[in-house]
Amino acid sequence: MRAKTPKVVVTFASTSDAMAMEAAACEHGLPGRIIPVPSEIDAGCGLAWCADAVERDDLTRALEHLGLAHEGVFEVMMY
Amino acid sequence: MIYFDNAATTMLKPPEVAEAVARAIGSFGGVGRGVHEASLDAGMTVFKARQKVSDLIGGPGAKHVAFAYNATEALNIAICGLLHAGDHAVTTAASHNSVLRPLFRMEDAGTAEVSVVPIAPDGSLDYDAFDAAFRPNTRLAVVTHASNLTGDVYDIARLARIAHDHGAVLVVDAAQTAGVIPIDMAAQSIDVVCFTGHKSLFGPQGTGGLVVAEGVDIAAFKVGGSGTHSYDRAHPTFMPERLEAGTLNAHGIAGLLAGLTYIERKSVDAIRSETQALAARFEEGVGAVPGVKLYGGGEGKRACSAAPRSNGDAGRGIPASLGAANLTRTGIVTLNIADVDSSLVADMLNAEFGICTRAGAHCAPLMHEALGTDGQGAVRFSFSHFNTADEVDAGIEAVAMLAKELV
Repeated sequence: MRAKTPKVVVTFASTSDAMAMEAAACEHGLPGRIIPVPSEIDAGCGLAWCADAVERDDLTRALEHLGLAHEGVFEVMMY
Repeated sequence: MIYFDNAATTMLKPPEVAEAVARAIGSFGGVGRGVHEASLDAGMTVFKARQKVSDLIGGPGAKHVAFAYNATEALNIAICGLLHAGDHAVTTAASHNSVLRPLFRMEDAGTAEVSVVPIAPDGSLDYDAFDAAFRPNTRLAVVTHASNLTGDVYDIARLARIAHDHGAVLVVDAAQTAGVIPIDMAAQSIDVVCFTGHKSLFGPQGTGGLVVAEGVDIAAFKVGGSGTHSYDRAHPTFMPERLEAGTLNAHGIAGLLAGLTYIERKSVDAIRSETQALAARFEEGVGAVPGVKLYGGGEGKRACSAAPRSNGDAGRGIPASLGAANLTRTGIVTLNIADVDSSLVADMLNAEFGICTRAGAHCAPLMHEALGTDGQGAVRFSFSHFNTADEVDAGIEAVAMLAKELV
């Protein structure tokens, strides 16, 4: 059976902000990838950034350093 | 075929534009509608295009660029979203119907008042008259950066100063200038720039949009699918999704991105210089033909006579490159042959010489009235840097031959 693991999930107000994250991740080698927003965070659709939870500090520092607009940073158990 | 109708649509595009559209059609999903490769590829392309548009015109960044179907839709979004009941708006007679009709519709409905500042018979604008048109309830000024009839380029930095002095927002119709005349929203203090993709940005038809300065709130023109916040009753209020609804034309925007990348590589200055050289060559040639009447050019004469003002612009932080004398005209030369109907002349040019021009009213009825050509219309030759000197010379020869027969 597939097990859930802790993930850090960054949410965005808009698709444009998510695309800015994707572009910055490509340019700076940030960990993670775009995923659909998990329903436990937001029941609507939309894009989020997901990485292993151990990357949380590095990721939040990068968000701050690069001035990447985002709504929230969450830890979620995900497959 | 010799194509001199670039002010309507540039027909010759950099080859990479069509290649980008073809690749996009075969590989793109919907922007913001999924996280699979096809959707992200489309999303990243649109994001890059937003950034390139902003970079081109000194805008506030990718998030402030909303895409639309063309400049007309962008202008409708801006005008309807900024002008409210009881407001007054100012425009000029150089405006295209894409500005005039949304304003007149609101005026006819009794929801807004509109003043139209006249244009002189030489195509120039009286900036003092523009200043005098403002009222205490003037909320909005909508101006064309360049006349689509004569190519006269208006001083948008000066118009912005006037509008802001009266507490109004300035919207610029850059359909004729984006990509060929430099625009710097920040330095020129422009609030909203509306652009189209299919003219001098070399993109496909069906692409355009508006760039909105920080702090300018435009009410949503259309609402619907946004890809985010789907359980919310109301459409998102953040830019750019605030002004977009439904699936974007990402296939077209991929082509627009290729056009923008081409412009970035070649430079606006080089494109303008080559285009203006061709237009000047044509104007000089046909200007010597007996019976040919040329229109416009008044803004260039006005700018020359007001040369000392350029020092004042520099003092206000506007780069000298945005006030140079060679920025008073796009690549348009408009003429008539004696009193011959412009539509007949354009048809002869097409049928007998294979030369594509645009006759008639050019969706600029008040500008034709200003020039005195509202009955006859005028024949517009609009050049691209992809045209050649040989094509220009063929155009001069064709006009000379027709004039000889018709006058």
